[in-house]
Amino acid sequence: MQINLTVNGKARASEVEDRTLLVYYLREQLGLTGAHVACDTSSCGACTVHVDGVAVKSCTLLAAQADGCQVTTIEGLASGNDLHPLQQGFKECHGLQCGFCTPGMIMTAADLLNTNPHPSETEIRVALEGNICRCTGYHNIVKAIQWAAEHQAVPA
Amino acid sequence: MSNKFIGQSIKRVEDKRFITGKGRYTDDIKLPGMLHAHFVRSPYAHARVVSIDTAEALAIPGVVAVYTGDDVAAINGVPCGWQVNFRNGETMREPKHPMLIATGDTAKHAGDPVAVVIAETKEIAIDAAEAVLVEWDELPAIASPADALKDGAPLVHSQFPDNKAFDWSFGNPVEEVDAAIEASAHVTTLEFVNQRVVPNAMEPRAYIGHYDAVADKYTLYTSTQNPHLIRLLMCAFVLGIPEHRVRVVGPDVGGGFGSKIYHYTEEALVTWASKQLELPVKWTSDRSEAFLLDAHGRDHVTKAEMGFDADGNIMGLRIKTIANMGAYLSTFAPAVPTYLHGTLLQGLYTTPKINIDMTCVFTHTVAVDAYRGAGRPEATYLLERIIELAAHEMGKDPAQLRFQNFIPPFDGVTQPGYQTQVALQYDSGNYAPVLQKGLDLLGYDDFRQAQKQAANSNKLLGVGFSTYVEACGIAPSAVVGALGARAGLYESAQVRVQPTGKVSVFTGSHSHGQGHETTFVQVVADKLGIAMEDVELVHGDSDTVAFGMGTYGSRSLAVGGSAIMKSIDKVLEKGAKIAAHKLECAEGDLEYGEGKWTVKGTDKSIGFGDVALTAYVPHVYPAGLEPGLDFSSFYDPANFTYPFGCHIAVVEVDKETGKVDLKRMIAVDDVGNIINPMIVEGQIHGGLAQGIGQALFEGTIYDENAQLTNGSYMDYVMPRADDLPMFETANQITPCPHNPLGVKGAGEAGAIGSTPAVVNAVLDALWSGGHNDVKDILMPLTSERVWRAMNN
Repeated sequence: MQINLTVNGKARASEVEDRTLLVYYLREQLGLTGAHVACDTSSCGACTVHVDGVAVKSCTLLAAQADGCQVTTIEGLASGNDLHPLQQGFKECHGLQCGFCTPGMIMTAADLLNTNPHPSETEIRVALEGNICRCTGYHNIVKAIQWAAEHQAVPA
Repeated sequence: MSNKFIGQSIKRVEDKRFITGKGRYTDDIKLPGMLHAHFVRSPYAHARVVSIDTAEALAIPGVVAVYTGDDVAAINGVPCGWQVNFRNGETMREPKHPMLIATGDTAKHAGDPVAVVIAETKEIAIDAAEAVLVEWDELPAIASPADALKDGAPLVHSQFPDNKAFDWSFGNPVEEVDAAIEASAHVTTLEFVNQRVVPNAMEPRAYIGHYDAVADKYTLYTSTQNPHLIRLLMCAFVLGIPEHRVRVVGPDVGGGFGSKIYHYTEEALVTWASKQLELPVKWTSDRSEAFLLDAHGRDHVTKAEMGFDADGNIMGLRIKTIANMGAYLSTFAPAVPTYLHGTLLQGLYTTPKINIDMTCVFTHTVAVDAYRGAGRPEATYLLERIIELAAHEMGKDPAQLRFQNFIPPFDGVTQPGYQTQVALQYDSGNYAPVLQKGLDLLGYDDFRQAQKQAANSNKLLGVGFSTYVEACGIAPSAVVGALGARAGLYESAQVRVQPTGKVSVFTGSHSHGQGHETTFVQVVADKLGIAMEDVELVHGDSDTVAFGMGTYGSRSLAVGGSAIMKSIDKVLEKGAKIAAHKLECAEGDLEYGEGKWTVKGTDKSIGFGDVALTAYVPHVYPAGLEPGLDFSSFYDPANFTYPFGCHIAVVEVDKETGKVDLKRMIAVDDVGNIINPMIVEGQIHGGLAQGIGQALFEGTIYDENAQLTNGSYMDYVMPRADDLPMFETANQITPCPHNPLGVKGAGEAGAIGSTPAVVNAVLDALWSGGHNDVKDILMPLTSERVWRAMNN
């Protein structure tokens, strides 16, 4: 079937199989390999992207369901060469090790900061409940999100 | 040498590609014409293949090939890399893991492969795999190591009638240990299970085999911790193809924790198939396969007895353990319960007599091999659980009982290393201060007050201690060879100074989260006195890196870093000859620092870049000296390294539900010198989370048919962000006396100390609530188990 959607600001018209999941569409057809597949059961969040501004596990959505939507992946989060505060925060606070869960963590955290710009430590931990990291013990991920909350641009 | 970068928390240079989604993991790689493999696997833990019918699958459009056991009969099975013989001298039993289970043979664990479908897309391969018709004859199966030794137990390999892979004893003669325990005033006995856990690296294993017929060369992209070791095993032992015609690339790898050390059958199979089809073949594991196929960790059933004299001094330690090997012996599996476990049973204590009796058995489960810590967590769990229980039984303070029995400090320089009763000689150690520092961070006296008050409330408070010593930087080749390793364990490094003075460093270590691209560059930039931007680290490709033994056992910096140091010494030695010639002085008159050679006591100097250029444009040059500035080295250490530390957990236990809430996790670790404190702290954090995971959340559950019933992320519980507190970490530094950087290794420490600390804390909470008879709770400490311990 034919789908029309916007991915990282770029209009896309694509032919997909009915059963194609959004994550495989992004990875295999568009070459956007930042969203990762790690669990097959929507449990780990490594595939998280934004669909119409909301964090979504892209292994849980058919590509067809994103027809007509605005999709943002980790590749589209920075503004040109300016990293998003969360990307900076993860680097500043050593919020990643192997990097495999990182795109999903950042996209989930971006959704959190969009709705709650100054979350408490507990709010951050609860928001990350759907994302698994096996390297960091989450300590530095929490710090990275706190760093980003402090350094994000104040809305005009 | 300057110390501009060493010791600094430099932000990681590799982060940029990961935070922008540009990491390049194996599954991200697409090659022209690439085909996709999907395996047909045994749904049973033990079953004979009666027949296989591939006709229907082959007829599906897009299917290129379906291979079964008959097609791959010429390929050898995957071998084991470590040999531990029976104590009576009988050779270790070593069934090789076949590529595909052939008709008439038996699958020996759920997931054992019988056929592989190769198709134009992954979806077609999956669909076609379902069309392969396999007739099975299901047979009885066992999963538990204790069951394997029972009379009449189903046999994993019919030629081995007792399910034993080997047995082993170690330490002092058992009669001496029996006598020491017999003479003890108090003997604490603890029977426990160190349960089976799943490493669960976030990136599932993925491989691409690519045979280039024009060049007659294979390339294997693999999510591995040690590309060269995979090449050696696959070429020499499995496929029998020439090593110089094979390139193995380990690109970005999404975590390993041990599970990606080993050579797996799928690696060899996609490599072989790519030659049959003359096209690249990719296989990416899904998570269900990962649970069934990636080597698991731990899985010991143990009885331990520790004897004390009337003053609380440890007199002896006697241990009997059954360890699960799974159905086949994985690459390092025999070493884990033996030489990485039995040798660590001295711990930090002066125990004069120690003996372990170990039986390693086959079961109808996937292989058990090294998982973060590998044997050392099992040893630490045993020691730290039993000493805590002993303190409880004897009415002594658990911290004081440890202080009393600690080995006195030794620096390994002015004082000799400490000779244990279990073969190892510790390099340097100073144990009491790490425990004291932990107690200070905890606020021990205040805690005991708070605990007393809590005892009357709904939430019991508990503190658990754990002190550990581990053996890292694995290890001198001659020693591991004598202990059964079939490989040397050294590391190689090449430092190539380019004509412009830029430096490429090639290491056989492999970074999959550890931050080598930063830490190693910090070392090289400092030693050469140049900018970090002028140094590049190359790893993970057998065509660019001469050789390597890879990353595991906290060995990268201690062994790989030391190899780099050797090459740097050679660069500076040759550079000094060139500098002396240019400056018209004797080499002995020169000193090196800040990136230049200076004639001592003068301002005459020549920079590193000028010397590099001269080496490659040798117009004015010492007679007889070769051009170029490029050195390789191999470093084979003199000993293991021995990090140590103290972990303390504070928990709250809900009396009504048994729910455990981890309130504080304190870790004081001595990992020797530290190059990048931020990265070391991150390694400790990750280890803590995995160790806490084993204590509170993780563990396989097999049913009576040896089926793994919690083989998904929906069922196998791992720590999530809201399960853990912020960690409280601190360091002490006792340098390693025998490697040039004085480093010991930090990758596994967190996972070694934390598990017993958490379990001890829960027991302490229960004891504070009057449940004094509880000696053990089976891990993971679920609410139900804790509640039952309080209510049964």
